Amino acid sequence: MTELDIYAKTPGEYDLVRRRGRKEMRAQVIMFSLMIFLTLISFTMVIAFEQNVLGFTKYMVIPILMLFAAVQVGLQLFYFMHMKEKGHGTPLMFMFTGALLAFLTVLTFVTIVWWN
Amino acid sequence: MDLNKKFTPETWPENPETATFEAKNKFVGFWLFLGGETVLFATLFATYLALKNKGPADLAFSTQELFELPLVFVMTMLLLTSSLTSVYAMYHMRNYDFKKMQLWLGITALLGLGFLMLEVYEFVHYTKLGFTFDNSAFSSAFYTLVGTHGFHVAIGLVWITLLIFRNSKRGLNLYNASKYYTFSLYWHFIDVVWVFIFTVVYLMGVVG
Repeated sequence: MTELDIYAKTPGEYDLVRRRGRKEMRAQVIMFSLMIFLTLISFTMVIAFEQNVLGFTKYMVIPILMLFAAVQVGLQLFYFMHMKEKGHGTPLMFMFTGALLAFLTVLTFVTIVWWN
Repeated sequence: MDLNKKFTPETWPENPETATFEAKNKFVGFWLFLGGETVLFATLFATYLALKNKGPADLAFSTQELFELPLVFVMTMLLLTSSLTSVYAMYHMRNYDFKKMQLWLGITALLGLGFLMLEVYEFVHYTKLGFTFDNSAFSSAFYTLVGTHGFHVAIGLVWITLLIFRNSKRGLNLYNASKYYTFSLYWHFIDVVWVFIFTVVYLMGVVG
């Protein structure tokens, strides 16, 4: 067990920490609104495709859906899971390794099916 | 150091989730676990994509006919909102506000429970239609992928319920701060997986 230095913040320091926290929370809520917005667009696009709205073809809708999913996942990881904060080098390495293996796995399975 | 030591908002460290050696270990270990979970779900997604709409010659169910977007939309909103409420809980954890943290985690658990009940309803509905696990290669892949995610939600609900009740009288300290933080990471990860499920399985399923 390592010793932890207990340090009482001065009122000024405490104020600063709280203010920083509130600012951080505001950024989180903005990112949440963005995620809701992207979700709404995704569902709307698919409904537009179902209704045969002109221009909403399969080859336009699917890439945008994938892009929006990737953006949402990035926001979750870097904002909600705090990966943008300091001291997240090792988590980044684990997650990128996982993502790389995930990409290769999906690529392998899908190409096996396509070529048969 | 006594892990049960009481703090004040002024003495509470800025990053309580990694303030002790044990907490640091939990933090790194849990991220390694999440990296592994990414690969687990990738194999299930890969299987699903390979077997999507495939099965016996008289395949009766396909993604286009089966899925209903309104239900999926409500489930997505519930899980996405529960992700935000758990961010609020961690905000109060860092501010050493135990009561508000417990309250927001309670809301998170309720939203997660709502999601899980809708998923159970969905599965029961499909089963009644005749779309059972052994109906086709597609149905097995679908239930395995979405069901594994639902199982993770159920595990998360048990986890957070235990944390909330077990620590209700103890209050917040450096012993349990990292436990709460680990749960919130897990919960966000469940949401990450769901983002891919609603995109790849449901939305792209409807598009075809």
